[in-house]
Amino acid sequence: MLTLLATVGRRVIDLVRYWGRSGIFLCTSIAYAVVPPFKVRSYPQQMQMIGSRSLSIILVTGAFTGMVLSLQGYHTLAKFGSTGLLGSAVALSIIRELGPVLAALMVTGRAGSAITAEIGIMKITEQLNALEMMAVNPVKHVVTPKIFAGLISLPILTAIFDLTGIGGGYVVGVKLLGVNEGAYFGEMVRAVEFMDIYGGFVKSLVFGLIITWFCSFIGYTAVGTTEGVARATTNAVVSTSVMILITDYILTSFLL
Amino acid sequence: MIILKDVRKAYNGLVASDNVSCRFRKGKITVILGGSGSGKSTLLRQVVGLERPDSGEIYFGDRDLTSLSKSELYEYRKKMGMLFQGSALFNSLNVLENIAFPLREHTDLADSVIRTMVKMRLELVGLRGVEELMPSQLSGGMMKRIGLARAIIMDPEVVFYDEPTSGLDPISAGVINKLIVDLNTILGVTSVVVSHDIESSFRIADWIIILFYGKKVAEGAPDEIRNADDPRVQQFIKGEPEGPIPFNRTDKDFYEDILIP
Repeated sequence: MLTLLATVGRRVIDLVRYWGRSGIFLCTSIAYAVVPPFKVRSYPQQMQMIGSRSLSIILVTGAFTGMVLSLQGYHTLAKFGSTGLLGSAVALSIIRELGPVLAALMVTGRAGSAITAEIGIMKITEQLNALEMMAVNPVKHVVTPKIFAGLISLPILTAIFDLTGIGGGYVVGVKLLGVNEGAYFGEMVRAVEFMDIYGGFVKSLVFGLIITWFCSFIGYTAVGTTEGVARATTNAVVSTSVMILITDYILTSFLL
Repeated sequence: MIILKDVRKAYNGLVASDNVSCRFRKGKITVILGGSGSGKSTLLRQVVGLERPDSGEIYFGDRDLTSLSKSELYEYRKKMGMLFQGSALFNSLNVLENIAFPLREHTDLADSVIRTMVKMRLELVGLRGVEELMPSQLSGGMMKRIGLARAIIMDPEVVFYDEPTSGLDPISAGVINKLIVDLNTILGVTSVVVSHDIESSFRIADWIIILFYGKKVAEGAPDEIRNADDPRVQQFIKGEPEGPIPFNRTDKDFYEDILIP
């Protein structure tokens, strides 16, 4: 009984300590952005790695998400004879929910894993220590630009996802299934409000932070050999994805 | 130059540095020798401030490094160069940018000046002409030499070497040893080498410190060490499997361990 209590207690302490460390890690990496010397040069480079390299996968998943939504939505709406509402149904579900979440999940798989692997390899091959020995702060040099690149890239990627999704829905709904074009866009313009777009924007911003934060931290705490980096990468993708879905629920409940 | 006083460090009850006191004299090559797990790398990491000792002091000149804040420590780091065991070159940068990295971070020198300085260091390590190669295109011995060029680009007062010859073929190891001695005589830098390579160590060292399970067991000039009476020292430098240094780390009797479930 006592050992059980001790084990549970130790687990809880470890968990709290881990979260505390990751919180401090995030705060310091953000704080270093305002401490000179400024490393503006590496920001665009990181945005390219996180943002533009995820672009193709965002375009493909965005288009197909819109298409399948349109297909499903059409058959459901047809039962009530209100296929004219298709445009608003597609747009609202993408802008509010699927756009930010799916874009974030795709970026986690595409760029998040790369972030963890890169930082993890730098850790185990002592490149982070080498930075430290050259009087360069490794968090400031490696992590800070990634955090800000994530904050900037994710809203843009989400907007692109939303657009291609609505476009995909248009192709299936209007061109293939014959919904009236005016109704598709007219209903959309009427139904989508500023708060919907604002909510999606807030979500994408938060997800951008979560991806770079979690993936950087897990890479930074990788231990041992290449096997440790492999484990860290898997762990980073899984826990970031779970965290995105949990945060999505919490944010939605506040935004509604 | 660098003085250690009763430096102690333990991980989960396992003592890695057991009240080590020693000094690394200015302009000399000091080699810290010891087997795997003897705590020599841990000691080095404490000297350069990558880890903080549990107790004890480490003086660099007249300042105790263990009491410095991070930004003060960074100022001292600019006087230190370090060659890592795996070279620790940045694999996203080419050779030129790797060596130039500290200059780009800490100085406003013009690009042409930086290029010249990099070329000078490359000449020193005998690798001029590889500026545009990526680390993945280099052999282990070349990576070590590039790592060394990067370690000395800021004209450090002290250069630390973590196992500089391990994993290298005899000729590459010989080149690295020669470079360590050359840098010491040409640039007058203080050198601290952590190694388990007996032959290399005796060839380059002015002073040898032998560690055994975190404890300093002997120190002296190479000749003194070679003639030391301590049986542990003799076993180590001759590389004998039998002797006072046990092969097995546990004290438990082998038969007891396998017979009693």
